[in-house]
Amino acid sequence: MAGRAGRFGIHGGQYIPETLMNAVIELEQAYSRWRAAPGFQAELTALFNDYAGRPSRLYFAGKMTRDLGGAKIYLKREDLNHTGAHKINNVLGQALLARKMGKTRLIAETGAGQHGVATATAAALMDMECVVFMGKEDTIRQALNVYRMRLLGAEVVPVTEGTGTLKDACSAAFREWTRRIDDTHYCLGSVMGPHPFPTMVRDFQAVISREIRAQILEKEGRLPDAALACVGGGSNAIGSFHHFLPDSSVRLIGCEAAGRGVDTPDTAATIATGKLGIFHGMKSYFCQDEYGQIAPVYSISAGLDYPGIGPEHAILHDTGRAEYVAVTDEEAVDAFEYLARTEGIIPAIESAHAVACAKKLAPTMGKDQILVVTLSGRGDKDCAAIARYRGEDLHE
Amino acid sequence: MSNLAQAFANGKAFIPFLTCGDPDLETTEAAVRAMARAGADLIELGIPFSDPTAEGPVIQAANQRALSAGATTDKIFEMVRRLRRDVTVPLVFMTYANVVFSYGTQRFCAACGEIGADGLILPDVPYEEKGEFEPACRRHGLDLISMIAPTSELRIATIAKEARGFLYVVSSLGVTGVRGTITTDIGAMVGKIRKHTQIPCAVGFGISSPEQAARMAALSDGAIVGSAIVKLMEQYATQAVPHVAEYVRTMKQAVNSR
Repeated sequence: MAGRAGRFGIHGGQYIPETLMNAVIELEQAYSRWRAAPGFQAELTALFNDYAGRPSRLYFAGKMTRDLGGAKIYLKREDLNHTGAHKINNVLGQALLARKMGKTRLIAETGAGQHGVATATAAALMDMECVVFMGKEDTIRQALNVYRMRLLGAEVVPVTEGTGTLKDACSAAFREWTRRIDDTHYCLGSVMGPHPFPTMVRDFQAVISREIRAQILEKEGRLPDAALACVGGGSNAIGSFHHFLPDSSVRLIGCEAAGRGVDTPDTAATIATGKLGIFHGMKSYFCQDEYGQIAPVYSISAGLDYPGIGPEHAILHDTGRAEYVAVTDEEAVDAFEYLARTEGIIPAIESAHAVACAKKLAPTMGKDQILVVTLSGRGDKDCAAIARYRGEDLHE
Repeated sequence: MSNLAQAFANGKAFIPFLTCGDPDLETTEAAVRAMARAGADLIELGIPFSDPTAEGPVIQAANQRALSAGATTDKIFEMVRRLRRDVTVPLVFMTYANVVFSYGTQRFCAACGEIGADGLILPDVPYEEKGEFEPACRRHGLDLISMIAPTSELRIATIAKEARGFLYVVSSLGVTGVRGTITTDIGAMVGKIRKHTQIPCAVGFGISSPEQAARMAALSDGAIVGSAIVKLMEQYATQAVPHVAEYVRTMKQAVNSR
């Protein structure tokens, strides 16, 4: 859907300092060249299958389906990937590309730590240096992931600027890239930032819907009625939607983090509360004040705690092709516990936002209908934080 | 001729930057008057942004202080309107795309023109995206300033040919902030730029000492200094005006010393 210069309708673009322009142009050229090379795709597929454990399972959640009494619910198990989330899909693609470009160092931002862990993993595998920027607040919320990154050989830089969360980690990574470009690739973790990132990350994550499509056709002989995924920047959602975009019978539903509610200041629901703006290299929707100052957003989920949304989601919202709903902390935590007890699966708190939406939607649908929920990651990393949310004095 | 040409008519130009509203707008207003009297040839006025991705820690912190102290785009426009009653030095706003876009690009540029600002620098708007901002700037008599970085090698001709006002030559990789040494071959960069345009080139990023300013100005048409001045504002806050004026006087002498 991206047109010239990486535009998605009015969204997207390349709003970055001149110092970085040459780097994104080189990246764009390298990506166009390598994506078309059969050897590159074969190498990436081998990494996906043999290293990351793809294809991920499409699991029929029978107990959840019976309990909710409506649509048949399938779970796309990205949580079963190596490193425990969908992030590895994008990272393997970008790390492979970076290596082809002769880069020897990967930098990344991370919120919940999943993208940082994935990047540190790929860097270890491919013998690259790795530096991960993580909001100070998030290094506390996700201490275990900080340890995992260090174990994998990465340097983790706690970011104290601004609100000390994902957006500040992202700004810090952009600043670092401006400082050191020659040997460094910025392995951006979502479908955001300047062109070519939203398109490139989408392409690497599109493996999710390519597999869902084949798997559901095999199991059910037809396409699903709805595909649900959580949305921060929106990479697992775009990946889950991409191959269904032409199929108007498939509802595409992105689940944003409402935090303490969209009518409170403690929210990260960009579509519900944001307006059009320009930030982090792209035009899209952002939570901001009347003077364009980016709002300090909040969600219990460090991975969804971002004030913007990828530009392709912005156009999918504009055209109505995808719907975006806001899910509160409380609903997400309920869903986190529900899925654990009902199916024996502990989802990431990010993914629990999509599960919460499915819990509401499924009972309103017919028993002959099908709903696919992408479980973008596993929830081990969240257990201590959720326990504390429930009032238990548990620390890692 | 652009108003900004005036800035380069008095020998090599010294161009100070400060973040409006740090520590408060009264101090900013007094500092701008004092800098103009001390010999500043053009003054860059930063409109604070919550997430200034091209800035180093010093100016980032100034942006936060200014926003916490209540600076807004409208209050800054009012300050410039007051300044323009007696200050004739060219004034250029420096801010981020979202500050302009969210205000309404036309409305923002109209206000700038009306209060007597001469130009606009948007570090997150490269050549590829300037078409969105430049028509409104031109309509209201503002020069949208283009930047050329050490990584711009293949883009110099394209950027320079369409540049207006002056060219902002970024001295080194990275974000704004004081640097011990500048290793980029500025002379060679300026030489390449001059093949494509006659407009002045001013060098910024990393300059703090009079020696650095003298060296950069000798290779170009002027030196831009931000973080070193913002540090003085941070150190002396509401008492910073005489310190800033003294610094500007020293730096203006330095740029014309070679």
